[in-house]
Amino acid sequence: MTALISIQGGAKRFVKGRETITIFDHLDMTIEAGDFIAIMGPSGSGKTTLLNLLGGIDRATSGSITFAGQRLDQMSEGQLSNWRAANVGFIFQFYNLMPALNAARNVELPLLLTSLGSGERRSRVETALKIVGLAERAKHYPREMSGGQQQRVAIARAIVADPKMLLCDEPTGDLDRKTADEILSMLQLLNKEMGKTIIMVTHDPEAARYASRVLHLDKGRFVEQVAA
Amino acid sequence: MTDFSLILANLFSRKLRAILMLVAIFFAFLIFGVLAGVQNGFNNIGGAAGENRLVTINKINFTQPMPISYIERIRAVEGVARASYANWFGGYYQEGKNQIVTFAIDPEFYMDIYATDYKLSADQRAAFLADRSGLLVGQKLAERWGWKLGDRIPLSSNIYTNKNTGKQTWDFTIVGILEPAQENADTSVAFFHHAYFNESVTFGQDTAGWIVIETTDKALNTDVSKRVDAMFANSPAETATDTEKAFNQAFVGQLGNITLIVTLVVGAAFATILMIVGNTMVMAVRERTKEIGVMKTLGFPSGRIFKMVLGESLLLAMLGGLPALGVAAVLLTMMRKAVGFPGLALTLDFTALGIAIMLALGLLTGIVPAWNALRLNIVTALGRQ
Repeated sequence: MTALISIQGGAKRFVKGRETITIFDHLDMTIEAGDFIAIMGPSGSGKTTLLNLLGGIDRATSGSITFAGQRLDQMSEGQLSNWRAANVGFIFQFYNLMPALNAARNVELPLLLTSLGSGERRSRVETALKIVGLAERAKHYPREMSGGQQQRVAIARAIVADPKMLLCDEPTGDLDRKTADEILSMLQLLNKEMGKTIIMVTHDPEAARYASRVLHLDKGRFVEQVAA
Repeated sequence: MTDFSLILANLFSRKLRAILMLVAIFFAFLIFGVLAGVQNGFNNIGGAAGENRLVTINKINFTQPMPISYIERIRAVEGVARASYANWFGGYYQEGKNQIVTFAIDPEFYMDIYATDYKLSADQRAAFLADRSGLLVGQKLAERWGWKLGDRIPLSSNIYTNKNTGKQTWDFTIVGILEPAQENADTSVAFFHHAYFNESVTFGQDTAGWIVIETTDKALNTDVSKRVDAMFANSPAETATDTEKAFNQAFVGQLGNITLIVTLVVGAAFATILMIVGNTMVMAVRERTKEIGVMKTLGFPSGRIFKMVLGESLLLAMLGGLPALGVAAVLLTMMRKAVGFPGLALTLDFTALGIAIMLALGLLTGIVPAWNALRLNIVTALGRQ
């Protein structure tokens, strides 16, 4: 396997009043294409901050972040937007769907950033909704769906533009066990059958068991454990 | 889905709020449209056809008459093509509430001078000249009362008394129907022979309320005005001469400064709407902070989001304002037909001004939330619950 994304000497610090808070320092990590990584750790350990850096929505204080040979830390805001649109699918804990749009339109949203015609976009939306098993709910609005269904729409939105990498921030944190297992199985399927590289932040050891590698972030350092 | 449909979906994501804002904007522009149309009506009094027409009145004010003998001296002034005279009759039909704008005129020249405003057939003109009790009525007036040629009708005056009858009523025969020769011509008026008036009134004989002068060239208007007024300087009835348009607007000016009223009413309405819509837009976009953060996360560039938010407020202003101007145009047309006041219309100039104000409203109310969206930090936005 080849490295898809890596951080070398990554550091993230915040200035709060007169105090400088270091989230992590000299952090090194490499994620191979096709990996399914679970990142665990106590609250405030910097899991979400790390995910934001890997997703290009936050910038490291120092260090380099490289994705398939491209230096994210050297990109402008506009270049990062384009890079995210082409390479990253995001799945959030609280789904973050647009309440004014129905499921199909929510899924179509990332495709507005491509040059695809309306026919091709419609076809891709249908396929994505079929993959997550919600083809029949295409016209339903988020308020008309359960949490699990909304998260499946969010997964369809994340994969519709066929990105290489999916970043999931506590994707099952708001779901019951049964629904959580369905969502995690779906992510596992996307990883194994479609080759998506998945990086998932979670508090839930049960969720972490679906990953091929589990990294524990503690006091700014990784402690790797191989999943059972 | 397009950016436009996304803007539309966001705008109506809270339907009640969107509808209330649209209603507020609609009424603001309805007021603007109707008042602009009324102002246009007042601005057009006198019309373009009167550019080389002057009106001479008594210098004291227009209610004071002048000797009718002035007419011959004025006709002899260099630059005067034609001149005629008239008196205000203060007419009404049957009851005082049925006011009719009625003028006692010099029959030979008056209608010639106003040939640019009114169409009168040669037969009817000849009939009018031949009949001292003949009455010319405007088309709108005839339609209103169902009058036709040959009808005998009584008109009363709220100023003069007929010395032949001791009453305030004169009998007339309708000998001509005046059709409009131009858009702004008022056909809700009536004209009759000054001689018929002059021989039967109990006071004010041999006087004219005003004299209408047609100059040979509108460039000579100022010179002719000065010559006429100089001719009667230091006489018992000094004159004041001005363009017909200025005279009519001064007459209407007695009702108040229409432009000031329009500006104040529209200004107050817009200031209120601006604050309501601006505040609501800021709130609406603030409520969507997380959604905007998600869109940025998905890869929507900040500039595109800025345009979408600004587009939302512009669309709101247009959706509220454009139908309002349409309704205002319809209302003005209905008012014009009902009261016979020419010029009551939403002109292209005022429509363009209305659209420009809509754009300004959209930009002013949208710029702050759009700027906030542009500068929004993704991590901060996603962290907001």
